[in-house]
Amino acid sequence: MKKLFWSFSLLATLLTGCGKQNDMIKVGEFASLTGKEATFGQSSHEGTSLAIEEINTAGGVLGKKLELLTEDTQSKAGEPATVVNKLISRDGVVAVLGEVASSRSLEAAPICQQNKIPMISPSSTNPKVTESGDYIFRVCFIDPFQGTVMANFATKTLKAKKIAVFTDAKSDYSKGLAKFFKDQFTANGGTITAELDYNGGDKDFKAQLTAIKATSPDGVFVPGYYTDVAIICIQAKQLGLNVPFFGGDGWESEKLVEIGKEAVEGTYFSTHYHSDVGSAKSKSFVANYKKRFNGKTPDALSACAYDSAFVLADAIKRAGSTEGLKVRDALAATKGLEAVTGTITINEKRDPVKAAVILKVENGKYKYLETVNP
Amino acid sequence: MELFFQQLINGLALGAIYALIALGYTMVYGVLRFINFAHSDVLMLGAFAAYFLAPGIAKVLPPHSFASALLITILAAAICAIIGILIERLAYRPLRNRPKLTVLITAIGVSLFIEFTCQHKAVFRSETRRFPELLPINDYHFGGLVVNSNDIVVLVTTIILLAAMWFIVQHTKTGTAMRAVAFNMQAASLMGIDVNRIVSFTFGLGSALAAIAGILYAMKAPGIDPLMGIQPGLRAFIAAVLGGIGNLPGAALGGIVLGVVETFAGGIPGLSNYRDGIAFAMLIGILIFRPAGLLGKATVEKV
Repeated sequence: MKKLFWSFSLLATLLTGCGKQNDMIKVGEFASLTGKEATFGQSSHEGTSLAIEEINTAGGVLGKKLELLTEDTQSKAGEPATVVNKLISRDGVVAVLGEVASSRSLEAAPICQQNKIPMISPSSTNPKVTESGDYIFRVCFIDPFQGTVMANFATKTLKAKKIAVFTDAKSDYSKGLAKFFKDQFTANGGTITAELDYNGGDKDFKAQLTAIKATSPDGVFVPGYYTDVAIICIQAKQLGLNVPFFGGDGWESEKLVEIGKEAVEGTYFSTHYHSDVGSAKSKSFVANYKKRFNGKTPDALSACAYDSAFVLADAIKRAGSTEGLKVRDALAATKGLEAVTGTITINEKRDPVKAAVILKVENGKYKYLETVNP
Repeated sequence: MELFFQQLINGLALGAIYALIALGYTMVYGVLRFINFAHSDVLMLGAFAAYFLAPGIAKVLPPHSFASALLITILAAAICAIIGILIERLAYRPLRNRPKLTVLITAIGVSLFIEFTCQHKAVFRSETRRFPELLPINDYHFGGLVVNSNDIVVLVTTIILLAAMWFIVQHTKTGTAMRAVAFNMQAASLMGIDVNRIVSFTFGLGSALAAIAGILYAMKAPGIDPLMGIQPGLRAFIAAVLGGIGNLPGAALGGIVLGVVETFAGGIPGLSNYRDGIAFAMLIGILIFRPAGLLGKATVEKV
């Protein structure tokens, strides 16, 4: 009984404690800071933090400073629902930023929609994410575009006629991107020689890769995440499957080359942004980022996350309020906003229309190849 | 035909690792009659032990040499043997005379404890790390077939360790004592066998096997993380039941069968997604038609 009393009084203290801080605007962030896709969350978090710090240094929004509350999803299904519920109901955030992985954004989106809290995903590319409701936005391109870009790249640059597709059956992102790739590639006159699946987190891919090799494709499209992709490339080389491997923005992590080493050399992937190209805004972002994070070069995920916070702050300013509906309307009206990853105009599906870049892995670095405009 | 043999090679290499892990499960089961669910986490600890030992050993012995790989493996196995003995001492021994279910649930608890402690920032963190190359990796081509040097290492190690286990259990004094403890713990202790010592030995041996399996698994897929043991552990558990739990050759056979079946299923478009499902379907099938497992008998001599 005594325990119960103490927990109640503790709760009361906490609640009043929260009430006092109404001079701050609370922004929630959920990211995979640990686990299988840890570098996604870490990159995003760095981008978001940098943006929030810069906005606060410039005087904040509506005369108030932004306070970023970050929760870890551990790269696991189930966690996003828990942490986003906590951010909304316990912390009382005015908006939510996150996640990278589409499956996890899809988990949080209905919760934000139900509570009428605007959510901006920095880099979830599956089209279903923003279809969850009119409070859900994103600042990156979507997979029908990315799939088309990579299918055209396979046809034109790789001059491939036959491609095998190797999909992560556990991930909405992977399944969606695989589908859009196949549609465009077959429309280009190419043939899909084999379609095989794996489960994210598997360590043995030789069974599927052997089957892929038997169909002698010109290249293999793997729309997966970097930890799996690195091991897939290693085991493919061991089996003598020496055709180009290529994929989407899920490949972007320094861990890809750290784990994959020489096995990922000569692979290609599409992503949102590369620090070598871009506007003056992008150059200053790269410089500030390096200064803030010990000389680290930002990747596309940190750039997108930076933009997500920036777009939100801009919308709150224009709305003149932190009320969910007003911020939502202001977000939907975002037009021609100069951001790091390009000019952002939110369309009626709450997605921006943006260019993609294609990178090649060369000497353990990501080399910029080309920009593809929509 | 070439595809068939290539998949057979892939399956054998995968199955050999399952077999090695299954040996540890089955040995502990044989003596104590419970499944040590923390076994798969000891496997992970073995891989991490090797990961942290490798840079140190590289200063003494040339890296990528057989001697350095052997030394790293032996040290990692020793570390894990101590961890295994500690787990038994702290978590299972106080519950020795309680219902088996209590120990089983404790084992799940120990497993979760290790997994989540290791994911903590101050321990290993939860991101994937690159496992160093312990041995030079070569591919051998036989016509269209490719055999990786790692696969050969895995198969040879499994065969040697299986033979060694068989020898220890059947032809040494400790092994005789293990069989006696497995047969009747009380009677064994009345005959002057130090039961606690034998149980510790069994755990130490099982954990050393898990460590070696962990290192081989990490050599095959060089990305290690604190949850890496769960999937192979689960499959090895199935393999142990498949072969007849408590039976050493059964565990090896179960591992190989499972690895091969899983690999063939994985190579079929449309079925490749159901590798785990197929493993469990096999388990259910075995439990229905041969409850004692492939090599298990109703009155099996345990261990």
